[in-house]
Amino acid sequence: MAVELSPVSQIPAEFRVKVDHDRCRRCKRCVLNCSFSAIEFKDKVTPDHRKCVACHRCATFCPESAITIEENPMAYKDNANWTARIRQNTLKQAETGGIILTGMGNPKPYPIIWDHLVIDACQVTNPSIDPLREPMELRTYLGSKPNYLEFENDENGKIKLKTQLAPQIKLDIPVIFAAMSYGAVSHNVHKSLAIAANKMGTLMNTGEGGLHEDLYPYSGRIIVQVASGRFGVHNQYLANSAAVEIKIGQGAKPGIGGHLPGEKVGQEISKTRMIPVGTDALSPAPHHDIYSIEDLSQLIYAIKEATDYKKPVSVKIAAVHNVAAIASGIVRAGADIVTIDGFRGGTGATPAIIRDNVGIPIELALAAVDQRLRDEGIRNQASLICAGSIREAADVAKAIALGADACVIGTAALVSLGCRVCQKCYTGNCAWGIATQRPELTRRLNPDVGSQRLCNLLTAWGHELQEVLGSLGVNSIESLRGSRERLRGVGLDKETLDILGVKPAGVGM
Amino acid sequence: MRCNMRIPSGCAISGLMSESGGRIDGSVVIKSIALMHDRSNGLGGGFAAYGIYPRRSDQYAFHMIFDDAPSKERFEEYLKEHFIIDKDEIIPTRPGGDITNPPLLWRYFLDIEEKKMEFVSDREYVVEKVMEINSKIDGAFVSSSGKNMGAFKGVGYPEDIGNFFKLDEYKGYIWTSHGRFPTNTPGWWGGAHPFSLLDWSIVHNGEISSYGINKRYLEMFGYNLALRTDTEVVAYLFDLLVRRHKLPLELAVKALSAPFWKNIDRMDPQTREVMEAIRMVYGGGLLNGPFSIILGHNRGMVGLNDRIKLRPMTCARKDDMLYMASEESAIREIQPDLDRVWSPKAGEAVIGNLNGEVE
Repeated sequence: MAVELSPVSQIPAEFRVKVDHDRCRRCKRCVLNCSFSAIEFKDKVTPDHRKCVACHRCATFCPESAITIEENPMAYKDNANWTARIRQNTLKQAETGGIILTGMGNPKPYPIIWDHLVIDACQVTNPSIDPLREPMELRTYLGSKPNYLEFENDENGKIKLKTQLAPQIKLDIPVIFAAMSYGAVSHNVHKSLAIAANKMGTLMNTGEGGLHEDLYPYSGRIIVQVASGRFGVHNQYLANSAAVEIKIGQGAKPGIGGHLPGEKVGQEISKTRMIPVGTDALSPAPHHDIYSIEDLSQLIYAIKEATDYKKPVSVKIAAVHNVAAIASGIVRAGADIVTIDGFRGGTGATPAIIRDNVGIPIELALAAVDQRLRDEGIRNQASLICAGSIREAADVAKAIALGADACVIGTAALVSLGCRVCQKCYTGNCAWGIATQRPELTRRLNPDVGSQRLCNLLTAWGHELQEVLGSLGVNSIESLRGSRERLRGVGLDKETLDILGVKPAGVGM
Repeated sequence: MRCNMRIPSGCAISGLMSESGGRIDGSVVIKSIALMHDRSNGLGGGFAAYGIYPRRSDQYAFHMIFDDAPSKERFEEYLKEHFIIDKDEIIPTRPGGDITNPPLLWRYFLDIEEKKMEFVSDREYVVEKVMEINSKIDGAFVSSSGKNMGAFKGVGYPEDIGNFFKLDEYKGYIWTSHGRFPTNTPGWWGGAHPFSLLDWSIVHNGEISSYGINKRYLEMFGYNLALRTDTEVVAYLFDLLVRRHKLPLELAVKALSAPFWKNIDRMDPQTREVMEAIRMVYGGGLLNGPFSIILGHNRGMVGLNDRIKLRPMTCARKDDMLYMASEESAIREIQPDLDRVWSPKAGEAVIGNLNGEVE
């Protein structure tokens, strides 16, 4: 049993905040900006190093550039085995007896497979295509497709489509905003994402926190999530969506549910989630009506019934060892879209032990799932979305070449909004107004500015994807999708290459 | 020798067809492709000819390439198990030319036992067997497997290959031909064009940059791409889309060389729905990269360019004759007096159909 000990903590400060008092004009802007109370004003700006999380808000907004933040060099004596992180966690647990909580994605130095994959380019025999001169098509449709189409002639002898297609969602760029709940992130983040998704012809995802009525005007560009807690799930919620996603798992915390502490559940969140103000919002890992694939199938079809078969239903799972077989079951259970979230995915709050040690890299999971669905001849039956630390457009290109229809970005979107990946989302004190519900902090993010930053990011990635397509000599994203022949591995072992279905660099076609 | 290397090509193509079914001897097409000698480099040439076996038009004609006698024996053992061999013979060749060291070239006229087709159509049966032979019987390669047609191909300049196979002694209503410019690996007999499955044959000037996904797409439907040459996917895609999925040829070419979305967006609603569905469902079959191809099949010939016309193609008509070639000069060489000459737009197919019976 944990017993709280001395009020004096043995945990050394991770960072040191240095103030150049010659430059400082004592405007106190840093004090106002620090949401972790790490800076006070006592005749002069005085940091409390132990409270600093290196969110860089003070340094960014200091008009004199008088603040620098450094790692505390002697916090822990250097040791490659007993790392600072391990010793810090040991001290924390010795003082509290609690689980180590954390936010954002897995920071451990596992190999990043994206960075060991390189893309082909045309030379001489097949010309590359200049995206500034020729059309480059990124348009993608998400939804279940039949294996073949049937046509017939109308009364005028003109050909028309006989096959009735399942509902499809048009994406102008195959990059979607990740599921981040209202509660985990602020209302202004949700609004920024919704406006940007609408402008850019892509999608945002409500996460498991319901959909605030303010966002109903953007409903054609919103995936609404049905998680185990069923927060905010009602007819209007389902109706105000482009697609419905059943969340089974999340890459950062496979097998772990969600928990929004009661202190974050204010009036608006209470209304949106349909829970009383101040109560904890617990979304357990299992849906208590889903203990088998047949149960999942029932929920998929219940949602299809509720939405009149007009919206694709997606199922999101975490990348785990048996992900290929699980995904096959999900497709056969009737899902139109399968989202696979790798173990580097982000999160608002999770036990660090889960985030850092459970699950598998998305690259391997994606490759295994795409191949399994092809081997079973059911790849057309569902779109495949890849999530879990897509950091840049190159990752998107590689994911699509491995077989994804589209990619999801969470952390990258938040970084574009100002997030400094300080990994303190779970504290609710986000200085950038992102992972917080404190009104004085949430207003730091203007949704008009935020949405423009997101639009700019996607515009830039769109151009970069077009450049990649052009260098490959193709002018349509479907010619990259699943085209693993255009990837090569550098520094990957044979087993990994086999799972990826990619040859080593230096081998021709 | 079977080569497991992929060979991209520059190349020349030429094709001609009598839409009324009149049969022409092979010297005409040889003359046409020979004009484009410099577009080839002597590492591959080939021809497809339709209507050449009128007396055996109901039988599958397998043109075979064997590395050696044992591979021929292995193949024949297999063949006896699965087909009724009505006749087999060496493919006649003319010695003394520039073609040296050819492999064993043999042809078989085949029937299929009724009971073998209890659960599968005859054509599906043949496709399965061709895939099996090409991937499993070492040293044996099916060069063509259609009825009343055949592919003749090998390593050499196309005019020399045509002369070697005595094509001037055959008469057909469609002829297609290919001169090859493989750039980074040596040519091999099986890797020359045309690529053929059933009566589909493809000659191709260019390279399929989307080969990787086209191959994986086809594999999902049971095609085994053993030859590792980009053109192979084109022949199989026509087989999948037209024969198995029953798409009209006019729509199949739209799947392979699809209109741009910006153009689809401007189409009338009914056509737009058709085109959108084709792009959504057949995205894995979209051919991307530089290509001009001529497809031959028993009822016609189709010319098709890539979506931004990165490879040349000229078409022409004279009376009932339809001509297609990489260069206009290759058509003028055999028919100087033409009714119409045009360069088809990017992605727009030119479709020639047989409008009568073959003479």
